[in-house]
Amino acid sequence: MSAPSIAGSAALAREWHRHTPAERIGRWLVWLAIVAALVWAVRTVEIIPEFLHDAPEQMADLLVRMWPPDLAHYYPSVHAALVETLHIATLGTLFSFILAIPLALLAARNVCRNPVLNGLAQLLLVSSRSVNSLVWALIFVAVFGPGAAAGTFAIAFRSVGFVGKLLAEALEETNPGPLEALKAAGAPWGSLMLKGVWPQVQPAFWGIALFRWDINVRESAVLGLVGAGGIGVVLDDAINFFQWERVATVLLAILAVVIVAEIVVTRIRARLI
Amino acid sequence: MAVQHAGTRGLVLRGLVKEYTPGKPVLRGIDLAIAPEGITAIIGPSGTGKSTLIRCINRLVEPTAGEILLHGEDLAKLRGRALRLARRRIGMVFQEYNLVERLTVMENVLSGRLGYVPLWRAWLRKYPEEDIARAFELLDAVGLPEHATRRADALSGGQRQRVGIARALMQRPELLLADEPTSSLDPKTAVEVMELLARLTAAAGVPVIVNIHNVELAKRFAQRIIGMAGGAVVFDGPPEDLRPHHLQQIYGGEDWL
Repeated sequence: MSAPSIAGSAALAREWHRHTPAERIGRWLVWLAIVAALVWAVRTVEIIPEFLHDAPEQMADLLVRMWPPDLAHYYPSVHAALVETLHIATLGTLFSFILAIPLALLAARNVCRNPVLNGLAQLLLVSSRSVNSLVWALIFVAVFGPGAAAGTFAIAFRSVGFVGKLLAEALEETNPGPLEALKAAGAPWGSLMLKGVWPQVQPAFWGIALFRWDINVRESAVLGLVGAGGIGVVLDDAINFFQWERVATVLLAILAVVIVAEIVVTRIRARLI
Repeated sequence: MAVQHAGTRGLVLRGLVKEYTPGKPVLRGIDLAIAPEGITAIIGPSGTGKSTLIRCINRLVEPTAGEILLHGEDLAKLRGRALRLARRRIGMVFQEYNLVERLTVMENVLSGRLGYVPLWRAWLRKYPEEDIARAFELLDAVGLPEHATRRADALSGGQRQRVGIARALMQRPELLLADEPTSSLDPKTAVEVMELLARLTAAAGVPVIVNIHNVELAKRFAQRIIGMAGGAVVFDGPPEDLRPHHLQQIYGGEDWL
């Protein structure tokens, strides 16, 4: 059938493209930019070929030195440091929530109707996140001196941004209907939050708390590298003295704690939701 | 019959205007007097401002102009705490029930008292004895006595709306607003819920203003019908006076009649 002769065939002959020409050029430019960025990054890093070449041998050598782990070293020094790490993580998470809850309430646009306060709260949350916990630890070591206090505050200040952001998102996703009903009943602001909002964000709240605690256990394990207490101090000492069997013990202890934390958190979360 | 109490008791709306966008009024100056008893049904096509009208009365929506006189007091002028105290006197039932899903039925009913109960009592769940006794009475009245400790999200639509009615009556309101209370329910449940609403509010002597899509339900349960079209009242009278030409005026067209 010769299409042009049939009435209405124009509809059949119409072409369909996923993208307009401008979009195609745009997509091509984005790919070009990604490749350029990759090349630039590799050239900046300046990998030394000799070091790259013997890396497998070095790694094997290190593992041989680590074996067998010096398990006798675990008690009491590694054990005490490990307990300190858990304390840093738990207290730090707790502090972070005390700071994050008011910030989340101010950042959630359906709770706080003032755009200036929304923006300010979001700025504080972003600044907390933009600084790595090791950098926070360096700052607090300078303030409090070396030790667990610096580690706790570093964990708390790094977590505020994470917890506050997720909490604000959970607040913004709440169903406005129940809130409207309680408002219509003449409930004051505190009661609206307590009975209208809190039950809705409760599962998210505990989920975030457990998840962040889980992350903080891992993060606080390295804080000792900059003198902020915990098991990282022991790890740093062992590496500095080339006691690789002890390093192995410390790494195994961290691994064990992270696995146990993971199991515990998964179990609790399954029960909450 | 409706206007006789207008001066003192009941609800009076005067020149009520609402514009979401300036210059485009959704309500074009509504004047109404609602008697302090009986059911008044508001019918009209979707988007004609029925919901806006009912939400203006308890100020969930801010009216642009006009007076809302409840027993002679202008609710449109109230701010802050005074507005909150006025809202306690007006119960509301919603199309989507608006229960707090993760709380129990009992807590949802008791939350009708949140305007009266101090925050610490609500927090510790130490509601006054008389409130708890009344909540049980209302659960009996709406036919859900055995569901007190179930979570609201475990209930069916009809059961949820019964909880919604109990919660509104928990306020001991002087006026009850119902925004499409049956639109999410099947026809049989809709009739049952309307029967319940009519019976309990009559027993408590609470006047009801109900937005409703179903004209048959409106005629069956209301003593007065207000037909709205284009943001204005185009019919106001008892159900028996509502004729096909009125419905044509309210909803437009005639093929559906």
